[in-house]
Amino acid sequence: MIVYTLLVVSLIVFAITQILPADAAVMMLGENATPEALDALRQTMGLDAPIWQQYATWLWHVVQGDLGTSLRTGQPVGPAMFEALGRSLILAFFSIGLMLILAIPLGIIAAIRRGKIADMVVSLISYAGVALPEFVTATIAVLLFADWMKWLPPTGYVPLTEDFFGGIAHLVLPVCVISIILIAHVSRMVRSELVDVLHTDYIRAARLKGLSRGHVLRHHALRNALLPTITIVALDVGYLLGGVIVVEEIFAIPGIGRQLIVAIQARDLPAIQAGVLIMAATYSIVNFIADILYAWLDKRIQYD
Amino acid sequence: MTEFMKRLLKTPQGAIGTFLVVLVLAIVVFGPLVAPYDPEKLSPLARYKGPSAAYWLGTDQYGRDIFSRLLIGARATVVMAVLATIAGTLIGALIGTASAFLGGRADELIMRTIDAVMSIPSLLFALLVVNLLGSSTVNALVAVAIAFAPGMARITRSVALSVRKQDYVNAAIARGESSGYIIRREMLPNVIAPIIVEMTIRVSFAVMLFATLSFLGLGAQPPAAEWGLMVSEARRYMHMSAGILIWPSVAIAIVAVGFNLLGDGLRDALNPRT
Repeated sequence: MIVYTLLVVSLIVFAITQILPADAAVMMLGENATPEALDALRQTMGLDAPIWQQYATWLWHVVQGDLGTSLRTGQPVGPAMFEALGRSLILAFFSIGLMLILAIPLGIIAAIRRGKIADMVVSLISYAGVALPEFVTATIAVLLFADWMKWLPPTGYVPLTEDFFGGIAHLVLPVCVISIILIAHVSRMVRSELVDVLHTDYIRAARLKGLSRGHVLRHHALRNALLPTITIVALDVGYLLGGVIVVEEIFAIPGIGRQLIVAIQARDLPAIQAGVLIMAATYSIVNFIADILYAWLDKRIQYD
Repeated sequence: MTEFMKRLLKTPQGAIGTFLVVLVLAIVVFGPLVAPYDPEKLSPLARYKGPSAAYWLGTDQYGRDIFSRLLIGARATVVMAVLATIAGTLIGALIGTASAFLGGRADELIMRTIDAVMSIPSLLFALLVVNLLGSSTVNALVAVAIAFAPGMARITRSVALSVRKQDYVNAAIARGESSGYIIRREMLPNVIAPIIVEMTIRVSFAVMLFATLSFLGLGAQPPAAEWGLMVSEARRYMHMSAGILIWPSVAIAIVAVGFNLLGDGLRDALNPRT
């Protein structure tokens, strides 16, 4: 399944980068290179081979762990991309953490207080959360908390291993900005799942049996209502990765999103191919783990 | 129809959503007619003005009237988002319905491929497509439409699968109708309601995606009055006047919240159980 996904992604990526109007040989030797030199380089790089052969060669190298050489820096793409991915994963990890800590309680409160003030406040929060794209919230957040109040640094990245508190301070704004839309989405999903579960017969039966509301909620309702959250969060990772691209660009975090933007602007084909492939692989692996986790937690589900 | 409108306006989401979307559409249609100033006229003497009787929302870094720019930019922002969403929905609906109808191996193959395409974040996908086609508003539209198609295909398929089991589809198969006829005439009309709900909510995502593309320099180009571009240009001058950043943000938020509320209202109104 993952293999098929990555194969399709590799085809798409290769197709898109092939149609991109950029000649790798021209990019490496510059505009003033002689036609003979260009031809010679194309031959050594295999650019004169048929497309399918180029694809096969590229794929074969990728399978062996060689993602190619950057046209921009002349360095291998793989190590640079994975190093950047590490920084992005820290960002993503904190964002998902913050989202879960806030979204699940909000959703639960809204569901058990359905139609009351608390429910309306939560739905107001979730509508406000999906109102603005990340680059706007990020800009407003920088203006408010960095420029006016001077609580936090506006942009930049400090490795956590170097200066833990400095690193955290630099992460606060990006993490909050990425989480907003996710919190809005996930809290709504948790609410609607829990509302559905609370209306089932087995919950009514448990209540009629004389069990307290809190007990029924904790032992009967939440288990079933929170399970689908795993799938929803896993699917939202796609959105998260998109948000990471924008947020890294604004806060100048040297993660994989920023690398991709630079690569796309420079038409650095091997870097684009590697970056997109790594992002798609991250998404697929997360969803694969989510499926397994789900089946493990809910024994009724069987995957073939 | 009036019965349906009553149901829609009965819920707070439906009522507020309808109001906001009608307001936005009114601005799209009449905005350029009522805009008090030329949106691209530079007034070096009237830069960074706060709100006043002459300039309702103040002026930007070139002394252009922000209110006029918002009124005129509504077309570039909202119309594009709606068109892209419709295009993406049509492609997705067609693929999803066809996949559900064909079933078996073909369905499996189509859905696995769609899953694979969806593993590329839609923003990244749009970035690649725009980069491939060159940055312009029309290309951004194509990019957003393509980025939306797989998600819509998935949703349509799951709705269509339940329609596929209905007796009237089996009756059409028994009558010997062609696959194309059954997909178009029997199945599509019945999967439309949930798709419209999803489409309405997606318009707000399209607005944001467009704005983000403009921010990254791959959508509308200056001096266009597209709202996302206005925010991204304002970022460099926000220390001079917060207004040039705030007002276009508010405009984007109104559109996004409006379509979201309307979508939720439609879902309740179209759901026969509530």
